[in-house]
Amino acid sequence: MIAVLKHELSGYFHSLTAYIFSAFLLAFVGIGALIYNIQSAVANFEYVLGYVCLGFAVIIPILTMRVIAEERKQKTDQLLYSLPIRTSQIVMGKYFALLTVYLVPLCIVAVYPLIFAQFGEVYLPTSYGSLFAFFMMGAAMIAAGTFISSLTENQGFAAGIAVPVILLNYYSVTLAEYVSATASGSAAALIVTAVLLGFVIRHLTKNRNLAYGISILIMLAVVIIYFADSSRFEGLVPDIMTKLSLFERFYTFVNGVFDLTAIIYYITVIIFFLFLSVQSLEKRRYN
Amino acid sequence: MITVEHLTKCYGDFTAVSDLSFEIDEGHVYGFLGPNGAGKSTTMNIMTGCLSATEGCVRINGHDIFEEPEQAKRAIGYLPEQPPLYMNETPAEYLRFVGEAKGLKGRELQRQIEEVLRQAKIGHVKDRLISALSKGYRQRVGIAQALLGNPEVIILDEPTVGLDPIQIIEIRDLIRQLGETHTVILSSHILSEVQAICEKVLIISQGKLVAFDRPENLEKLLLASNGISFTAEASEEEIGEVLGGISHIAEWEIQVQEDGGTKVFARTESENVKDICRELFFAFADRKKAILEISSRKANLEDVFIELTEGESGVAEE
Repeated sequence: MIAVLKHELSGYFHSLTAYIFSAFLLAFVGIGALIYNIQSAVANFEYVLGYVCLGFAVIIPILTMRVIAEERKQKTDQLLYSLPIRTSQIVMGKYFALLTVYLVPLCIVAVYPLIFAQFGEVYLPTSYGSLFAFFMMGAAMIAAGTFISSLTENQGFAAGIAVPVILLNYYSVTLAEYVSATASGSAAALIVTAVLLGFVIRHLTKNRNLAYGISILIMLAVVIIYFADSSRFEGLVPDIMTKLSLFERFYTFVNGVFDLTAIIYYITVIIFFLFLSVQSLEKRRYN
Repeated sequence: MITVEHLTKCYGDFTAVSDLSFEIDEGHVYGFLGPNGAGKSTTMNIMTGCLSATEGCVRINGHDIFEEPEQAKRAIGYLPEQPPLYMNETPAEYLRFVGEAKGLKGRELQRQIEEVLRQAKIGHVKDRLISALSKGYRQRVGIAQALLGNPEVIILDEPTVGLDPIQIIEIRDLIRQLGETHTVILSSHILSEVQAICEKVLIISQGKLVAFDRPENLEKLLLASNGISFTAEASEEEIGEVLGGISHIAEWEIQVQEDGGTKVFARTESENVKDICRELFFAFADRKKAILEISSRKANLEDVFIELTEGESGVAEE
């Protein structure tokens, strides 16, 4: 794992990726700090982070688009497969390298609250609590980006998928207000999701029976629960959409609450997507 | 050393490799021969753990490649068909990464990198970007990578494809040298190449092993197509009489040519074609008939290859 980590890191700092990523992140935070902390003379640094977090939709794909897609394109994945290292070690090595690149500009950002504290009253626990949550949220998105990159051999395609996925996650709370909250609406949405899931599984595993089986099972469960107790579906979809939002949980920190469940949620998302990335790499051996 | 048992690989409905079994011993250069699409690369990818098998198993030094991949892979150095190189790195950086991933450290890593740079003769380009190297040098970097960690088996998938004639000769020399200290398995669809460097040949066609022997033994397989072709100034009957009197000639084809000569191809049953040529010469000389041209034809690996893969595949291109 260390070999992959070192190799990836040297790759990022030899190419422009790490510098572009850092430049964007620092620019976003810098502009935010200029507007909030300096121009408006607000002492809360966490608001800046809350303001710039939409920038993730741009900078995370820059960082993650090539991480696995490029290996596939250059056929260097064959080298990784033939080396005596496990697939999980490859993915972990790559992920920790990405985290390191992500941490570098954050270390610079971490100095800002201290600077502002020289000129007035800054409540540091909230600032650093938010910064930590900001790191965790980014880490979760990097994991998702890594998985998206493992699905394709085209970097542009990987970025093109990652941007809308992050945007969708960002707006899911707003969108949830427009989604039907009735029981029948939720049931219909779940059935559509089951069908889509079936297609995705069929595409990934090339196993029709498995895909349709899972799809039909979920649909049956939805129908049975709907007829047994339709009140369970009341407001379910908007609720799920809000719960899935990474950003919504981050705003809790901005508002001054250190929410452990959110941290656990982020860690769960990271593990989930890294697991999927490993499976995605493994699966290519079974195509 | 390497045992492949009942290996089968299916892609959907297409069977790329079917029920392949063979064993490879230490210290030889093995050639993997087959027409394009015969399943050579698929088999090599499975043997190196890059691809899963639908059925069957591969054991390297007793370690199953699927069950104990790490131990098995340590014994193998693999150069895939397209060398897996990071274009924006130098050979030195690249080899350092591969060495570290193979578990080498510190001074031992440095020593081995220097050793493989020397073996692959790329020491003078080690600090240039790989993207700036020619195809031949990239191939060498790929081979150097396979040599790191001093594996017992080196597997090379079509190592000379796309190289110019001089580079081909250099790579072949390198492979021959490697064969002295390692077990080398290389795949190719070029017969002369396999004949030139390999001590044993596996011929596969449509995913099946059709022959596994030394090149010279394979040629013996096709003794029947050994023969003599000659042109003589004689009529068909006279030639028939002469050939009938010579032992070890089984059958012949006669083709009367317009300028008076008669072209004959005679199949021989003996290995000793020279004796038969001599006999023919004196037989015609006794009858005062001139032989205008005579040559013996020895079956080569190409004939074996075509004979074995013909009919089954229809795609034997070489």
